[in-house]
Amino acid sequence: MKPYLLVDFGSTYTKITAVDLEHNFIIGTSKATTTVDTNVLDGYDKAMERLLRNHPDIKEDNISGFSACSSAAGGLKMAAIGLVEELTVEAAKRACLGAGAIVNMVFSHHMTKREVVKLEEADIDIILLAGGTDGGNKECIIHNAKKLKEAEIDVPIIIAGNKEAVDDIEELFEGTDIEYFVVSNVMPQLKKLDVKEAKEVIRKIFIDKIIEAKGIKKAEQKIGEIIMPTPEAVLLAAELLSNGFEDEEGFGELMVIDIGGATTDVHTIGEGFPKRTEVIMKGLQEPFAKRTVEGDLGMRYSANALLSLVSDYEFRKYFDEDDQCDHNIAKSLERRKEHVDFIPQTRDEEEFDKAIAKICCDVSISRHVGHVEVVSTPLGSMYYQTGKDLSDIKYVIGTGGVLINNADAKKILRSVNKTSNKKLELRPNNPAILIDRSYILSAMGLLSQKYPKNALKIMKQYLL
Amino acid sequence: MKTVVIGVIGADVHAVGNKIIDYVLTDNGYNVVNIGVLSSQEDFINAAIETNAKAILISSLYGHGELDCKYMREQCDEAGLEDVKLYVGGNIVVGKQDFREVEQRFKKMGFDRVYPPGMKIEQALDDLKEDIGI
Repeated sequence: MKPYLLVDFGSTYTKITAVDLEHNFIIGTSKATTTVDTNVLDGYDKAMERLLRNHPDIKEDNISGFSACSSAAGGLKMAAIGLVEELTVEAAKRACLGAGAIVNMVFSHHMTKREVVKLEEADIDIILLAGGTDGGNKECIIHNAKKLKEAEIDVPIIIAGNKEAVDDIEELFEGTDIEYFVVSNVMPQLKKLDVKEAKEVIRKIFIDKIIEAKGIKKAEQKIGEIIMPTPEAVLLAAELLSNGFEDEEGFGELMVIDIGGATTDVHTIGEGFPKRTEVIMKGLQEPFAKRTVEGDLGMRYSANALLSLVSDYEFRKYFDEDDQCDHNIAKSLERRKEHVDFIPQTRDEEEFDKAIAKICCDVSISRHVGHVEVVSTPLGSMYYQTGKDLSDIKYVIGTGGVLINNADAKKILRSVNKTSNKKLELRPNNPAILIDRSYILSAMGLLSQKYPKNALKIMKQYLL
Repeated sequence: MKTVVIGVIGADVHAVGNKIIDYVLTDNGYNVVNIGVLSSQEDFINAAIETNAKAILISSLYGHGELDCKYMREQCDEAGLEDVKLYVGGNIVVGKQDFREVEQRFKKMGFDRVYPPGMKIEQALDDLKEDIGI
């Protein structure tokens, strides 16, 4: 046996997954409450102790290695700044999301003093400053850089805009305490997306600085470097599972949905190009591996936001047909928001949670997938497509606490499917649904950095 | 190098002239940002903002150009593009109309250059050099 340990310092739990690299299986998992406020190692030690106790065949001296990720202490929070909302602002947002961050603040065009104050007051870990294509507008990004300088922002800034503005901005920042990083433009040409370098630098800053600022650095004494934010690990796992590795075939285009207490994350791997000839693509290029995060869709923290998205009448449509209970929707949502550790005890409470999960799933997919619009032209009907066409997606994989422990998880996930009242949304047609029952996706994303083939083989066995 | 945004406005899918304009202007030293057919006013404007374009060249061949171009100047001004030159050309109105009148109407709408059907791009090229340089 050759145990390798994957550690995830999550917002609530520190989770350890032990895999055997010789025979590609999960030896066991354990978890303990994350203790980032005191000493992050306390939680880790407890989880480790539990793992060793339950799996005596793992000895501390035969562990072949560690990899770790973290989303503790609020995850990685970023601000995205760009010029036009649909273009460089969107490109900047996608770079942040693709790197596993949460985009807490977004600014477009020239920043005002008020906006800078808002940015200063917010609890942000990294700022991504974009604006202008290469050779395009540079006046706006320079203006925004000046504003950030005036405010003496003490957050690392990634400059990812018009390359012609870089010299001026570097001159501005020289001699100040501002920590900045220059990467290639996130939108070098109109509608063209290039987020690779920005993503790499986000990860680098996360490893070098953020981990320390959040008090997780201590853990590195025992387990080596924490290499990425947890959501990025999930995205990497999805990418590997889709693409395959060497002779180990992948699953092709797929989608991963993670319904959490505060957010619903959707990841898709695939080009999402139009499936018909009379379709014209609109808007910014889509990333091959796309992640969206919905901050108003969650089971607990954001539960009371749901009624601003769906009406009471619409909400009732998400209950099962045989559900006889007359649910008090507003009250039940409020209760979940007030008690975020609420666990359903009765069948009615379970049914209500299922309905919330279905809404999170349905609405997040509406926002994630591409849309078509019909235009009548003298040459007949043509279609605009904005976003990805995901109608041919083959697999949808559910992960996150609500889904993996729910007997009806597959039923909940069926709400990703194309429906008659959302005809213009390019939703999946009828994909196979798999559940991450052992909760291993983020761990496998981590493992994929060193042992991609093992990670792929394990995922193919454990996603059911 | 000066940047110009070109495209075909409205529900118009005529792509050939658009490609010719792209080719000739690029060949003459312009950085051409071609947003293609079926483009809305917002598409032209957003492209011009991000790329710092000096002129927007709108093509329309299917007769609805006048409707599609309405308030284009005002929208540009609103978006901070007061200095961007607006060109329009093609079959920009319904039916056969006196071009001088058509030109007057479009100029009143805020377009800087207006071209009749069958006009060669080389003519516009000379105007472009005069208006924004190379």
